[in-house]
Amino acid sequence: MKRTSDQSPRSDIIRPQRNSAFEPRTARPAVQPNRKPLKVARWRFYSVGVVLAILVAVLIVHVASLQVLPNADKGYEFLQDQGESRTLRTETIPAYRGVITDRNGDPLAVSTPVSTLWANPKILLQAPHRWADLARALNTNKAELEARLARYGTKEFMYLQRQMSPDAAQAVLALDIPGVYEQVEYHRYYPAGEVAAHLVGMTDVDDRGQEGMELAYDAWLTGENGAKEVLKDLRGRTVKELRLVKAARPGQNLTLSIDLRLQYLAHRELKKAVEESGAVAGSIAILDVLTGEVLAISNLPSYNPNDRARARGTGLRNRVITDLYEPGSTVKPWVILAALESGKFKPEDVIDTNPGYFMVGSKPIKDHRNYGAMDLSMAIAKSSNIAMTKISFALETNTVRDMFARLGGGQPVGTGFPGEGTGNIPVLKPLQKIERANISYGYAMTMTPLQVVQAYGVIASGGIKRPVSLLRVDTPPEGQRIVEKRYTEQVKEMLKRVVAAEGTGSRAKAISYSVAGKTGTAFKAVNGRYSNLQIASFIGMAPVDNPRIVAMVIIDEPKGAGVTANGGYVAAPAFSKVAEDALRMLQVTPDNIGKPEETTPLVAEPANNASKKPAVTQTASNGRSDT
Amino acid sequence: MSRQDFLRRMPEAARAFSRPTRLAERFHIDFFLLLLLLALTTIGLTVLYSASGHNLPSVEKQASFFMIAYATMFVVAQIPVDFMRRMAPFAYVGGVLLLLAVTIFGDISMGAQRWLQIGSFRFQPSEIMKLAMPITIAAFLSAGHLPPRFSRVLAVLVLIGIPTALIIEQPDLGTSILVATSGIMVLFFSGLLWRYIAAAVAVFGASLWPIWHYMLHDYQRQRVLTMLDPTQDPLGTGWNIIQSKTAIGSGGLSGKGWMEGTQSRLDFLPEGHTDFIIAVMSEEFGLLGVIFLLTVYALVIIRGLTIAVKSQNTFGRLLAASVSSTFFVYVFVNMGMVSGMLPVVGVPLPLISQGGTAIVALFAGFGILMAISTEQKRVMTPQP
Repeated sequence: MKRTSDQSPRSDIIRPQRNSAFEPRTARPAVQPNRKPLKVARWRFYSVGVVLAILVAVLIVHVASLQVLPNADKGYEFLQDQGESRTLRTETIPAYRGVITDRNGDPLAVSTPVSTLWANPKILLQAPHRWADLARALNTNKAELEARLARYGTKEFMYLQRQMSPDAAQAVLALDIPGVYEQVEYHRYYPAGEVAAHLVGMTDVDDRGQEGMELAYDAWLTGENGAKEVLKDLRGRTVKELRLVKAARPGQNLTLSIDLRLQYLAHRELKKAVEESGAVAGSIAILDVLTGEVLAISNLPSYNPNDRARARGTGLRNRVITDLYEPGSTVKPWVILAALESGKFKPEDVIDTNPGYFMVGSKPIKDHRNYGAMDLSMAIAKSSNIAMTKISFALETNTVRDMFARLGGGQPVGTGFPGEGTGNIPVLKPLQKIERANISYGYAMTMTPLQVVQAYGVIASGGIKRPVSLLRVDTPPEGQRIVEKRYTEQVKEMLKRVVAAEGTGSRAKAISYSVAGKTGTAFKAVNGRYSNLQIASFIGMAPVDNPRIVAMVIIDEPKGAGVTANGGYVAAPAFSKVAEDALRMLQVTPDNIGKPEETTPLVAEPANNASKKPAVTQTASNGRSDT
Repeated sequence: MSRQDFLRRMPEAARAFSRPTRLAERFHIDFFLLLLLLALTTIGLTVLYSASGHNLPSVEKQASFFMIAYATMFVVAQIPVDFMRRMAPFAYVGGVLLLLAVTIFGDISMGAQRWLQIGSFRFQPSEIMKLAMPITIAAFLSAGHLPPRFSRVLAVLVLIGIPTALIIEQPDLGTSILVATSGIMVLFFSGLLWRYIAAAVAVFGASLWPIWHYMLHDYQRQRVLTMLDPTQDPLGTGWNIIQSKTAIGSGGLSGKGWMEGTQSRLDFLPEGHTDFIIAVMSEEFGLLGVIFLLTVYALVIIRGLTIAVKSQNTFGRLLAASVSSTFFVYVFVNMGMVSGMLPVVGVPLPLISQGGTAIVALFAGFGILMAISTEQKRVMTPQP
């Protein structure tokens, strides 16, 4: 029976109990008089208590050694580092690429956020049952996906699909397929498409500038990627964004000099001209005379910068800036400028071009036909090679060449555009007669169309040379006087006659504005020989008395023969239209209203029959021009 | 008759009348122990919510296990201690039979055959043995002279050895250690002569070599080696230890805050919601959290030992001492293995780790403690 009272003297004796299968069979005294068992038991409890306390202390010290106690080798600092190295990752925040706009702020290149899906093939390979879902969601076929997975099987990164719309990417991510992750990128979009493609250029899929201004100003446009610290779990998914290490600095915006309205206009007219003439290529550029800004610049063939995959080959060239060509007759006003400046010639001086050819050594210099004796302005209007050669010969050896160089020939324009051409105008020795003749009508030298435009800009602005800019210029640069104004004014007067009834560029006339300009038709040198292929061009300025724009149209290899392939025929009409509309858009007061002039037929005769082909020599430095 | 006289003549009545019977006593609830258990289960659910990755269903499941466990404890607390003693042989034989059944019909789960399915109910018979063992040994020893003689000590060793061997065979080293410990603790508290203890230690020491080479499974050997140097096999068996030490170390003094632990929540810590849950807690609550938890555990054990000391019958005393000290072994082995001090033997952290049968078995143990604790008062309660 149990003892129930603490007062009982035997209450604390451990007593054997009965009624159990474990009861020893032999009866023993139920109560033992000694108290030893109790003492033993008490001691046991105390000793156990001490042992437990020691063990708890050991445990705490051990945990503390992991958590807080300094430990040179593998203490808490090491373990905390380990912990962070497992979970903390620094991710880049893609920086927003600057917007490229035209001078009025119309966007030419903008970045929009897109999602790129990528996979860790090692993980994805372990979930073959989800491949079908994934392929369906990505709109690809399963076999293709499997093939790619097999190819990237040993890697840990593989693009699934780049630059998807964020919605589509979310739909794929919602499937929760292991090893599929998202990455935010920016996709460059070009609203103007092929119209401004050459100037604006494009970026590659990684948002780096590849062409045009995108490349030239890549550093400016590219922001600085930011960084953020994120928590990632074992599967590599971002669980939480902890802190911003560095904010992404968006790229700066770039304002181009072009006016999108003019750009569309120029592109449209160029396209029309190229199509009508059946040419293989064409270029157009409009320069603001007052500021040196390029208001429009376009080339054909062009490309669609929104479709990188098919942007290849010759279509990528911004011919106006990069391509070198022999400018042909368009240089003739500069010869006149050099002549007037030398003081040896006056506008009314008469030059005799009889009998229609002029022998330089053994090489004949020819005109379309025998123009006889004529003054300088008529020589320009008729684009006489003989007159130019004679003027050139009357001057110092390099006077003409130096004038060209002062106007920008052979010098970098300095736009910073990638691949900008420089060209070459050779310095001549007194004995290089034929070269002197060639240069005077635009052969044996190379320039870029933009250099020609710049040179005409000097004439248009009364002798001031301003830097040509592809970016908007808010305060027009002073510029640098190259030639005295009276000479440029005289040349301008002559250029007016080019578009007059008797000139080669009569089709360049605009309805509301007075124009002046020069035609050019040059044979192309192919493989060191002049071919039948031509480059027809027209460059002019308007309004004449106070020119606002210089515009140039170049038609490369127009089909047709003779007059129908001349600059005055294929390029001048485009100039006319462009000048008219551009000036109107620029709100320039018309100066030619009420003085309608009948459109006159072309004066220049068919020039390109076989007998009148240029005097071709073995080298490209020799040749001839017409028109 | 003076009050003094009355008390001298009828001490039992005095007890009964001088203090009204508390409700807790009437229902055999040890209030202090209950409070501690509530604290532990609250901590357990809190940590589990974080460790399971905000998985509310798994926390709810655990909470429902706790409900069953509290109910079990309450029921067990009502069982007269003497009845437990008498049932001991049946419990023991039943437990051993179930263990045999496991080796024959048991479900294999995670590489070990531990589970027995009865209808839709699945449980581990080894958990039953955790209770049956101390009851049996306590009943056996309390029936004879104390301290026990050598022959009875040998008998006890056989009684301990049979189920332990069966559990090792499953294999489940952790549970077998706990089961054996619960029996050995009874033997220890029964006043085993020190020379026997010394002899046992000597024999154990001598048998380490054969145990290492012939008895332990490869994976168990590997665990010991891994504990000694986890970096030996960082991607295999060392992974758990490295990750749990990393998690503990990341906690620092005050931890990263609840649900801010990265190692566990981000799946870097394996078994973060079961055996290795203390690593999660260490990371999120730091050293202070661990000390707090250990304090609560220590209070539970102290309370259990106090109940044992206060118990006025040998069976109850031995049983309570065994249950309490086994609980300590639970805590110590778990924390020791997670912090890399002991080999990984698969012992969950009591009341914190996720688990079903184990928790119910633990609470049944606390029910026994409560029954023993309120045994005196049971007698005192005046019968109507």
